[in-house]
Amino acid sequence: MALEVDIVDTEGSVWSGSADRVIAPAGGGEMGILAGHVPVLSVLKPGDVRVLKPQSKDSLRWRVTGGFFSVDSDQVTIVVDEATEVHAAAAR
Amino acid sequence: MAGSQRVFRQRIRSTRALSKMFRAQELIAASRIGKARDRMQHANPYSRAITRAVSAVASHSNVTHHLLTERADTNRVAVLLIASDRGMAGAYSATVIRETERLIGRLGDAGKQVDLYVSGRRAIAYYQFRGRPLVGQWQAVSDAPTVEIANEIADELLEAFDPPEGVAGVAEVHIVYTHFVNMVTQRPQIVRMLPLEIVEGVVEHDGDDDSPPLPLYEFEPSSDAVLDELLPRYVRSRIFACMLQAAASELASRQRAMHTATENAEDLIRTYTRLANQARQGEITQEISEIVSGADALAAS
Repeated sequence: MALEVDIVDTEGSVWSGSADRVIAPAGGGEMGILAGHVPVLSVLKPGDVRVLKPQSKDSLRWRVTGGFFSVDSDQVTIVVDEATEVHAAAAR
Repeated sequence: MAGSQRVFRQRIRSTRALSKMFRAQELIAASRIGKARDRMQHANPYSRAITRAVSAVASHSNVTHHLLTERADTNRVAVLLIASDRGMAGAYSATVIRETERLIGRLGDAGKQVDLYVSGRRAIAYYQFRGRPLVGQWQAVSDAPTVEIANEIADELLEAFDPPEGVAGVAEVHIVYTHFVNMVTQRPQIVRMLPLEIVEGVVEHDGDDDSPPLPLYEFEPSSDAVLDELLPRYVRSRIFACMLQAAASELASRQRAMHTATENAEDLIRTYTRLANQARQGEITQEISEIVSGADALAAS
Protein backbone atom coordinates (compact mmCIF):
# COMPACT_ATOMS: atom_id res chain seq x y z
CA MET A 1 0.00 0.00 0.00
CA ALA A 2 1.47 3.32 -1.01
CA LEU A 3 0.45 6.87 -0.44
CA GLU A 4 -1.02 8.96 -3.21
CA VAL A 5 0.50 12.40 -2.98
CA ASP A 6 -0.66 15.62 -4.58
CA ILE A 7 1.26 18.81 -4.12
CA VAL A 8 -0.52 21.90 -5.37
CA ASP A 9 0.23 25.59 -5.27
CA THR A 10 -1.81 28.60 -6.31
CA GLU A 11 -0.91 28.30 -9.97
CA GLY A 12 -1.40 24.59 -10.44
CA SER A 13 -0.21 21.16 -9.54
CA VAL A 14 3.42 20.95 -8.49
CA TRP A 15 3.83 17.20 -8.31
CA SER A 16 1.65 14.17 -7.95
CA GLY A 17 2.42 10.50 -7.73
CA SER A 18 2.77 7.69 -5.26
CA ALA A 19 5.15 7.56 -2.36
CA ASP A 20 6.18 5.33 0.52
CA ARG A 21 6.62 8.05 3.00
CA VAL A 22 6.07 11.76 3.26
CA ILE A 23 7.82 13.93 5.79
CA ALA A 24 6.37 17.38 6.32
CA PRO A 25 6.92 20.22 8.79
CA ALA A 26 3.58 20.08 10.58
CA GLY A 27 2.27 22.55 13.09
CA GLY A 28 3.54 20.51 16.02
CA GLY A 29 6.88 19.55 14.52
CA GLU A 30 8.13 17.29 11.75
CA MET A 31 5.63 14.62 10.88
CA GLY A 32 6.31 11.42 8.98
CA ILE A 33 3.36 9.92 7.19
CA LEU A 34 3.14 6.26 6.20
CA ALA A 35 0.31 4.36 4.59
CA GLY A 36 -2.58 3.83 6.97
CA HIS A 37 -2.10 7.12 8.81
CA VAL A 38 -5.13 8.49 10.63
CA PRO A 39 -6.86 11.36 8.83
CA VAL A 40 -5.13 14.53 9.77
CA LEU A 41 -5.40 18.13 8.75
CA SER A 42 -2.43 20.21 9.66
CA VAL A 43 -0.78 23.52 9.25
CA LEU A 44 2.45 23.46 7.29
CA LYS A 45 5.30 25.47 8.70
CA PRO A 46 8.10 26.88 6.57
CA GLY A 47 10.56 24.10 5.92
CA ASP A 48 11.16 21.13 3.68
CA VAL A 49 8.62 18.63 2.47
CA ARG A 50 10.20 15.32 1.56
CA VAL A 51 8.60 12.60 -0.50
CA LEU A 52 10.19 9.13 -0.54
CA LYS A 53 9.24 7.28 -3.67
CA PRO A 54 8.58 3.54 -3.55
CA GLN A 55 11.24 1.06 -4.67
CA SER A 56 13.93 3.65 -4.91
CA LYS A 57 16.28 5.32 -2.59
CA ASP A 58 15.90 8.83 -3.94
CA SER A 59 13.67 11.33 -2.34
CA LEU A 60 12.12 14.51 -3.61
CA ARG A 61 12.35 17.61 -1.58
CA TRP A 62 10.66 20.97 -1.77
CA ARG A 63 11.25 24.05 0.28
CA VAL A 64 7.90 25.52 1.21
CA THR A 65 6.96 28.81 2.78
CA GLY A 66 3.73 27.74 4.38
CA GLY A 67 0.39 26.12 3.72
CA PHE A 68 -1.39 23.08 5.02
CA PHE A 69 -1.77 19.42 4.26
CA SER A 70 -4.41 16.79 4.70
CA VAL A 71 -4.15 13.03 4.94
CA ASP A 72 -7.10 10.75 4.55
CA SER A 73 -7.27 7.13 3.41
CA ASP A 74 -3.71 7.23 2.07
CA GLN A 75 -4.41 10.31 0.03
CA VAL A 76 -2.04 13.11 0.94
CA THR A 77 -2.84 16.58 -0.31
CA ILE A 78 -0.21 19.19 0.33
CA VAL A 79 -1.29 22.74 -0.36
CA VAL A 80 1.50 25.27 -0.37
CA ASP A 81 1.85 28.96 -1.09
CA GLU A 82 5.08 28.47 -2.88
CA ALA A 83 7.28 25.46 -3.44
CA THR A 84 10.78 25.39 -4.82
CA GLU A 85 12.30 22.04 -5.57
CA VAL A 86 15.54 21.34 -3.76
CA HIS A 87 17.69 18.87 -5.62
CA ALA A 88 19.05 15.99 -3.61
CA ALA A 89 22.62 16.82 -4.57
CA ALA A 90 22.25 20.40 -3.42
CA ALA A 91 20.67 19.34 -0.16
CA ARG A 92 23.57 17.11 0.80
CA MET B 1 -19.57 66.97 -57.20
CA ALA B 2 -15.87 66.08 -57.29
CA GLY B 3 -15.76 67.08 -53.65
CA SER B 4 -18.20 64.39 -52.49
CA GLN B 5 -16.22 61.71 -54.27
CA ARG B 6 -13.09 62.73 -52.44
CA VAL B 7 -14.89 62.75 -49.10
CA PHE B 8 -16.08 59.19 -49.62
CA ARG B 9 -12.62 57.98 -50.58
CA GLN B 10 -11.23 59.56 -47.44
CA ARG B 11 -13.82 57.88 -45.27
CA ILE B 12 -13.13 54.53 -46.86
CA ARG B 13 -9.45 54.95 -46.10
CA SER B 14 -9.94 55.84 -42.46
CA THR B 15 -12.52 53.11 -41.92
CA ARG B 16 -10.16 50.59 -43.45
CA ALA B 17 -7.39 51.70 -41.09
CA LEU B 18 -9.75 51.30 -38.13
CA SER B 19 -10.93 47.91 -39.26
CA LYS B 20 -7.34 46.69 -39.38
CA MET B 21 -6.93 47.75 -35.78
CA PHE B 22 -10.17 46.05 -34.73
CA ARG B 23 -9.09 42.90 -36.48
CA ALA B 24 -5.73 42.94 -34.70
CA GLN B 25 -7.41 43.46 -31.32
CA GLU B 26 -9.77 40.59 -32.02
CA LEU B 27 -6.88 38.27 -32.84
CA ILE B 28 -4.93 39.35 -29.76
CA ALA B 29 -7.93 38.72 -27.52
CA ALA B 30 -8.57 35.37 -29.18
CA SER B 31 -5.02 34.23 -28.61
CA ARG B 32 -4.99 35.33 -24.97
CA ILE B 33 -8.29 33.84 -24.03
CA GLY B 34 -6.98 30.30 -24.37
CA LYS B 35 -4.24 31.15 -21.93
CA ALA B 36 -6.68 32.77 -19.52
CA ARG B 37 -8.88 29.69 -19.54
CA ASP B 38 -5.85 27.47 -18.96
CA ARG B 39 -4.93 29.54 -15.94
CA MET B 40 -8.46 29.15 -14.62
CA GLN B 41 -8.07 25.39 -14.99
CA HIS B 42 -4.66 25.39 -13.33
CA ALA B 43 -5.92 27.24 -10.30
CA ASN B 44 -8.62 24.62 -9.80
CA PRO B 45 -6.71 21.91 -7.90
CA TYR B 46 -5.57 24.45 -5.34
CA SER B 47 -8.98 25.93 -4.70
CA ARG B 48 -10.56 22.48 -4.63
CA ALA B 49 -8.07 21.28 -2.03
CA ILE B 50 -8.64 24.37 0.10
CA THR B 51 -12.40 24.17 -0.22
CA ARG B 52 -12.37 20.55 0.79
CA ALA B 53 -10.23 21.27 3.80
CA VAL B 54 -12.40 24.19 4.87
CA SER B 55 -15.55 22.14 4.62
CA ALA B 56 -13.83 19.34 6.53
CA VAL B 57 -13.10 21.68 9.40
CA ALA B 58 -16.48 23.34 9.25
CA SER B 59 -18.45 20.12 9.10
CA HIS B 60 -17.09 18.65 12.23
CA SER B 61 -16.10 21.06 14.74
CA ASN B 62 -18.27 23.65 16.20
CA VAL B 63 -15.75 26.23 15.35
CA THR B 64 -16.04 29.90 15.64
CA HIS B 65 -13.60 32.13 13.93
CA HIS B 66 -13.56 35.87 13.47
CA LEU B 67 -13.75 35.50 9.70
CA LEU B 68 -16.94 33.49 10.06
CA THR B 69 -18.83 35.67 12.47
CA GLU B 70 -20.96 38.67 11.62
CA ARG B 71 -19.78 41.99 12.90
CA ALA B 72 -22.41 44.27 14.34
CA ASP B 73 -20.13 47.05 15.56
CA THR B 74 -19.89 48.99 12.30
CA ASN B 75 -22.17 49.77 9.39
CA ARG B 76 -19.40 50.14 6.86
CA VAL B 77 -19.16 47.54 4.15
CA ALA B 78 -16.49 47.03 1.52
CA VAL B 79 -17.25 46.43 -2.14
CA LEU B 80 -14.54 45.16 -4.44
CA LEU B 81 -15.19 45.82 -8.11
CA ILE B 82 -13.20 43.89 -10.68
CA ALA B 83 -13.31 45.58 -14.09
CA SER B 84 -10.93 45.96 -16.99
CA ASP B 85 -7.91 48.17 -17.54
CA ARG B 86 -8.53 48.77 -21.20
CA GLY B 87 -11.61 49.51 -23.22
CA MET B 88 -12.60 48.03 -26.56
CA ALA B 89 -14.42 45.26 -24.76
CA GLY B 90 -17.95 46.25 -25.58
CA ALA B 91 -20.16 46.68 -22.56
CA TYR B 92 -17.89 44.65 -20.29
CA SER B 93 -16.84 47.39 -17.89
CA ALA B 94 -20.14 49.24 -18.10
CA THR B 95 -22.10 46.13 -17.16
CA VAL B 96 -20.06 45.32 -14.11
CA ILE B 97 -20.02 48.97 -13.00
CA ARG B 98 -23.80 49.12 -13.33
CA GLU B 99 -24.12 45.98 -11.23
CA THR B 100 -21.87 47.57 -8.62
CA GLU B 101 -23.95 50.74 -8.59
CA ARG B 102 -27.05 48.65 -8.02
CA LEU B 103 -25.38 46.83 -5.14
CA ILE B 104 -24.21 50.12 -3.63
CA GLY B 105 -27.76 51.44 -3.89
CA ARG B 106 -29.10 48.38 -2.17
CA LEU B 107 -26.55 48.56 0.62
CA GLY B 108 -27.24 52.27 1.00
CA ASP B 109 -30.94 51.56 1.39
CA ALA B 110 -30.09 49.13 4.17
CA GLY B 111 -28.35 51.97 5.97
CA LYS B 112 -24.81 50.89 5.21
CA GLN B 113 -21.87 52.97 4.16
CA VAL B 114 -19.83 51.63 1.29
CA ASP B 115 -16.05 51.60 1.02
CA LEU B 116 -15.10 51.06 -2.59
CA TYR B 117 -12.13 48.98 -3.66
CA VAL B 118 -11.63 48.96 -7.39
CA SER B 119 -9.41 46.99 -9.70
CA GLY B 120 -9.17 48.04 -13.34
CA ARG B 121 -8.36 51.42 -14.84
CA ARG B 122 -11.73 51.82 -16.56
CA ALA B 123 -13.65 51.61 -13.33
CA ILE B 124 -11.14 53.79 -11.48
CA ALA B 125 -11.59 56.47 -14.15
CA TYR B 126 -15.37 56.13 -13.86
CA TYR B 127 -15.33 56.82 -10.13
CA GLN B 128 -12.62 59.44 -10.19
CA PHE B 129 -14.53 61.40 -12.82
CA ARG B 130 -17.53 61.39 -10.52
CA GLY B 131 -15.42 62.40 -7.57
CA ARG B 132 -16.19 59.33 -5.54
CA PRO B 133 -13.48 58.33 -3.07
CA LEU B 134 -11.81 54.96 -3.58
CA VAL B 135 -10.32 53.22 -0.59
CA GLY B 136 -8.17 50.90 -2.63
CA GLN B 137 -7.30 50.75 -6.29
CA TRP B 138 -5.26 48.45 -8.47
CA GLN B 139 -4.52 48.59 -12.16
CA ALA B 140 -2.49 47.14 -15.00
CA VAL B 141 -3.40 43.59 -14.11
CA SER B 142 -6.87 42.98 -15.43
CA ASP B 143 -6.28 40.65 -18.36
CA ALA B 144 -3.55 38.58 -16.75
CA PRO B 145 -3.93 38.77 -12.97
CA THR B 146 -1.08 37.45 -10.88
CA VAL B 147 -1.23 35.67 -7.57
CA GLU B 148 0.72 38.51 -5.99
CA ILE B 149 -1.87 41.11 -6.90
CA ALA B 150 -4.70 38.84 -5.79
CA ASN B 151 -2.95 38.33 -2.47
CA GLU B 152 -2.38 42.04 -2.08
CA ILE B 153 -6.07 42.74 -2.65
CA ALA B 154 -7.12 39.89 -0.40
CA ASP B 155 -4.81 40.98 2.39
CA GLU B 156 -6.11 44.52 2.25
CA LEU B 157 -9.70 43.32 2.41
CA LEU B 158 -8.91 40.88 5.19
CA GLU B 159 -7.28 43.65 7.13
CA ALA B 160 -10.31 45.86 6.62
CA PHE B 161 -12.57 43.12 7.90
CA ASP B 162 -10.33 42.19 10.77
CA PRO B 163 -8.63 45.48 11.58
CA PRO B 164 -5.97 46.18 14.16
CA GLU B 165 -7.07 47.78 17.41
CA GLY B 166 -8.54 51.23 17.09
CA VAL B 167 -9.49 51.03 13.42
CA ALA B 168 -13.16 50.70 12.55
CA GLY B 169 -12.91 48.38 9.59
CA VAL B 170 -15.84 46.96 7.69
CA ALA B 171 -18.59 44.52 8.56
CA GLU B 172 -18.93 42.84 5.19
CA VAL B 173 -16.94 42.38 2.02
CA HIS B 174 -18.70 42.00 -1.30
CA ILE B 175 -17.09 41.26 -4.63
CA VAL B 176 -18.57 42.19 -7.99
CA TYR B 177 -16.94 40.47 -10.95
CA THR B 178 -17.89 38.95 -14.25
CA HIS B 179 -18.45 35.24 -14.26
CA PHE B 180 -17.16 33.42 -17.32
CA VAL B 181 -19.94 31.01 -18.29
CA ASN B 182 -18.64 30.25 -21.76
CA MET B 183 -17.26 32.09 -24.77
CA VAL B 184 -20.54 33.82 -25.52
CA THR B 185 -22.03 34.33 -22.08
CA GLN B 186 -20.44 36.27 -19.25
CA ARG B 187 -22.55 37.37 -16.35
CA PRO B 188 -21.83 39.98 -13.72
CA GLN B 189 -21.98 38.37 -10.32
CA ILE B 190 -22.03 39.56 -6.75
CA VAL B 191 -20.63 37.41 -3.99
CA ARG B 192 -20.43 38.14 -0.33
CA MET B 193 -16.91 37.15 0.57
CA LEU B 194 -16.76 38.01 4.25
CA PRO B 195 -17.99 36.94 6.70
CA LEU B 196 -17.60 33.57 5.05
CA GLU B 197 -20.68 31.48 4.53
CA ILE B 198 -18.98 28.16 4.73
CA VAL B 199 -21.75 25.68 4.18
CA GLU B 200 -23.45 27.00 1.07
CA GLY B 201 -20.28 28.20 -0.59
CA VAL B 202 -18.51 24.94 -0.15
CA VAL B 203 -20.94 22.21 -1.03
CA GLU B 204 -21.59 23.40 -4.55
CA HIS B 205 -17.93 23.14 -5.46
CA ASP B 206 -17.63 19.64 -4.15
CA GLY B 207 -20.81 18.41 -5.74
CA ASP B 208 -19.32 17.58 -9.13
CA ASP B 209 -16.92 14.85 -8.07
CA ASP B 210 -17.85 11.67 -6.29
CA SER B 211 -16.22 12.69 -3.06
CA PRO B 212 -16.80 10.25 -0.23
CA PRO B 213 -18.02 11.64 3.08
CA LEU B 214 -15.30 13.57 4.79
CA PRO B 215 -13.36 11.58 7.37
CA LEU B 216 -12.90 12.65 10.96
CA TYR B 217 -9.71 14.59 10.91
CA GLU B 218 -7.27 15.15 13.65
CA PHE B 219 -6.13 18.72 13.70
CA GLU B 220 -2.53 19.59 14.11
CA PRO B 221 -1.79 21.59 16.23
CA SER B 222 -5.44 22.58 16.86
CA SER B 223 -8.57 23.27 14.86
CA ASP B 224 -8.29 26.98 15.58
CA ALA B 225 -4.72 27.15 14.35
CA VAL B 226 -5.66 25.23 11.22
CA LEU B 227 -8.55 27.61 10.56
CA ASP B 228 -6.28 30.58 11.10
CA GLU B 229 -4.08 29.31 8.30
CA LEU B 230 -6.85 28.02 6.12
CA LEU B 231 -9.41 30.79 5.94
CA PRO B 232 -7.17 33.62 4.73
CA ARG B 233 -5.86 31.25 2.07
CA TYR B 234 -9.39 30.37 1.15
CA VAL B 235 -10.25 34.04 0.72
CA ARG B 236 -7.10 34.66 -1.32
CA SER B 237 -7.81 31.76 -3.59
CA ARG B 238 -11.43 32.84 -4.06
CA ILE B 239 -10.35 36.36 -4.96
CA PHE B 240 -7.73 35.05 -7.34
CA ALA B 241 -10.36 32.80 -8.91
CA CYS B 242 -12.70 35.79 -9.32
CA MET B 243 -9.94 37.76 -11.00
CA LEU B 244 -9.15 34.92 -13.37
CA GLN B 245 -12.83 34.62 -14.24
CA ALA B 246 -13.01 38.35 -14.83
CA ALA B 247 -9.90 38.24 -17.04
CA ALA B 248 -11.33 35.47 -19.20
CA SER B 249 -14.65 37.34 -19.43
CA GLU B 250 -12.89 40.55 -20.40
CA LEU B 251 -10.99 38.86 -23.20
CA ALA B 252 -14.08 37.05 -24.43
CA SER B 253 -16.13 40.22 -24.59
CA ARG B 254 -13.26 42.08 -26.22
CA GLN B 255 -12.99 39.41 -28.84
CA ARG B 256 -16.71 39.57 -29.50
CA ALA B 257 -16.85 43.37 -29.53
CA MET B 258 -13.91 43.61 -31.88
CA HIS B 259 -15.40 40.99 -34.16
CA THR B 260 -18.60 43.02 -34.42
CA ALA B 261 -16.60 46.20 -34.94
CA THR B 262 -14.64 44.63 -37.80
CA GLU B 263 -17.87 43.52 -39.44
CA ASN B 264 -19.42 46.95 -39.04
CA ALA B 265 -16.33 48.56 -40.52
CA GLU B 266 -16.55 46.26 -43.52
CA ASP B 267 -20.21 47.15 -43.94
CA LEU B 268 -19.35 50.82 -43.83
CA ILE B 269 -16.60 50.39 -46.40
CA ARG B 270 -19.05 48.63 -48.69
CA THR B 271 -21.63 51.42 -48.30
CA TYR B 272 -19.06 54.14 -48.86
CA THR B 273 -17.66 52.38 -51.92
CA ARG B 274 -21.15 52.23 -53.38
CA LEU B 275 -21.75 55.92 -52.64
CA ALA B 276 -18.38 56.87 -54.11
CA ASN B 277 -19.16 54.93 -57.26
CA GLN B 278 -22.53 56.60 -57.47
CA ALA B 279 -20.93 60.00 -57.10
CA ARG B 280 -18.40 59.21 -59.79
CA GLN B 281 -21.11 57.98 -62.13
CA GLY B 282 -23.15 61.10 -61.44
CA GLU B 283 -20.16 63.25 -62.26
CA ILE B 284 -19.56 61.44 -65.56
CA THR B 285 -23.22 61.74 -66.52
CA GLN B 286 -23.17 65.42 -65.76
CA GLU B 287 -20.01 66.00 -67.75
CA ILE B 288 -21.44 64.14 -70.76
CA SER B 289 -24.66 66.10 -70.64
CA GLU B 290 -22.65 69.34 -70.37
CA ILE B 291 -20.55 68.40 -73.40
CA VAL B 292 -23.59 67.29 -75.40
CA SER B 293 -25.57 70.40 -74.57
CA GLY B 294 -22.50 72.52 -75.32
CA ALA B 295 -22.12 70.86 -78.73
CA ASP B 296 -25.85 71.26 -79.36
CA ALA B 297 -25.63 74.95 -78.58
CA LEU B 298 -22.65 75.35 -80.95
CA ALA B 299 -24.43 73.42 -83.74
CA ALA B 300 -27.58 75.52 -83.31
CA SER B 301 -25.73 78.84 -83.59
